[in-house]
Amino acid sequence: MRDIKISLVGYGIVGHGVVDVLSRKKKMLRDMGLNAKLISVTDHTGTVIAEDGVDAEKILAEKTLANLATSSMKGKEAISAIDSDLVIEVTPTNIVHGQPGLGHMEAALSSGKHVVTSNKGPLVVSYSRLKKLAEDNGVMMKFEATVGGTMPLISLVERTLVGNTIFGIRGIFNGTCNYILTRMTEEGIPYTHALSEAQDMGIAEADPSYDVEGVDTAGKVVILANSLFDMNVKYSDVDVTGITGVTPEALALAKKRGYAIKLIGDVPALTVRPTLVPLGSPIAVSGTLNSAAIYTDLSGTITVTGLGAGSIETASAILTDIISIYRTKRIDAIF
Amino acid sequence: MRLSMDLELQDVPGQLLLALQPFRDNKANIISVVHHRDRKTPRGMIPVRFVVEMDRSKIDSVNAKLKESGISVVRSGEDRLIEAVSVVLVGHVLHSDLGDTVNRIDSTGFAEVMDVSLTMTGVEEPSSAYLKIRATGKAEIQKALAILREVGAEKKLLVIEPIEAEAL
Repeated sequence: MRDIKISLVGYGIVGHGVVDVLSRKKKMLRDMGLNAKLISVTDHTGTVIAEDGVDAEKILAEKTLANLATSSMKGKEAISAIDSDLVIEVTPTNIVHGQPGLGHMEAALSSGKHVVTSNKGPLVVSYSRLKKLAEDNGVMMKFEATVGGTMPLISLVERTLVGNTIFGIRGIFNGTCNYILTRMTEEGIPYTHALSEAQDMGIAEADPSYDVEGVDTAGKVVILANSLFDMNVKYSDVDVTGITGVTPEALALAKKRGYAIKLIGDVPALTVRPTLVPLGSPIAVSGTLNSAAIYTDLSGTITVTGLGAGSIETASAILTDIISIYRTKRIDAIF
Repeated sequence: MRLSMDLELQDVPGQLLLALQPFRDNKANIISVVHHRDRKTPRGMIPVRFVVEMDRSKIDSVNAKLKESGISVVRSGEDRLIEAVSVVLVGHVLHSDLGDTVNRIDSTGFAEVMDVSLTMTGVEEPSSAYLKIRATGKAEIQKALAILREVGAEKKLLVIEPIEAEAL
């Protein structure tokens, strides 16, 4: 049995999902030979530390750690002080400067800890630096949850499709935009109406600009370009148009001719823009679903679709990353 | 050069074979033959559309041969615009001079706007338009889209292009 001491940094929606999933999957992980122990959880109010693993039930009942914190340590300080093997970084995304996640990930990697994250910001801002930091310290940085949520994309390309040349990836990478466009098409309602509906349902943020202006999708395009295409690009290299200009009339005209209008991110073209997608196309998914078409030389076009967001769904991608780190190590050890 | 020809055949056995003979004799490469048995003409003839690749100079000879065999040629001509693309525009499509937008494509000589549908909701509101552009080839479609993108940027129109079926 291999012990894995895990620290979780960030205790919002995704953080709660991670605690829940790690607790639910404890037995399954043990069956794989992994004794995954969540030894600390940190948020902006402090840290809960428990050497034998935190009490999931107890902390899941709390929105923040304010009432439970056993230490006042936060962020980098907590990461450096706590003796863990792996850090899960799930603080809020900032695509401009990447903080606080960037500092957290640097602290973890430079002290020889694996990093698993759902936080796009640090990867958009300085992917190549973080990757080098991981390599220099002999640890891994995994980020499946940053693109397409639970939809397998990065690991699919890196592992399953390894040996293929990947010509490009196009897809729907933002569930909020997809929901709004779907509702506008179905009901013929204007953008503002569909947006407020999405906000009421908790699908869109109070400030939706990050999603609807295409910023979030562009961040994912940058991550895919850097991690799968070795492109070394920045956010400003992406040509971005959001969905705010799309009208229900445009959607109706397109539909009449057999097309849906979707916000499509394209790598390596580095574009994000509303695009006509044939209605029968496997990537023309509806509602909050994400999808991606991967164009390869040997396998033709592979299409995946799945839930792009959500607490448990994102945590699922994080769990996959954690397992893959240790499974890779085991395979390496055998050969 | 690619040509399309609309012929009318009698509804008796062997007519299609007879119609094919002049194309074969003139070394035309047949791209498609669509036999509209369900759309008989009032005179009881069956319309057939041939699309062929052949030298333009041979059209007259093929036409003469077909007539000799008693087959009537309703129309024959160059099928120049063989590729098509759909585009949706949003913005002040009409008030930013739709005529000019269309003309910028049409004046290329290799692409034409073949279909326009416009939806307007109010004078101040953005209108939406569907355009079908035909062009002489795939590369020309891309050139036409590039022109439209330029016009879109100039006139502040949102240009919604179709997704590429293949990676470029």
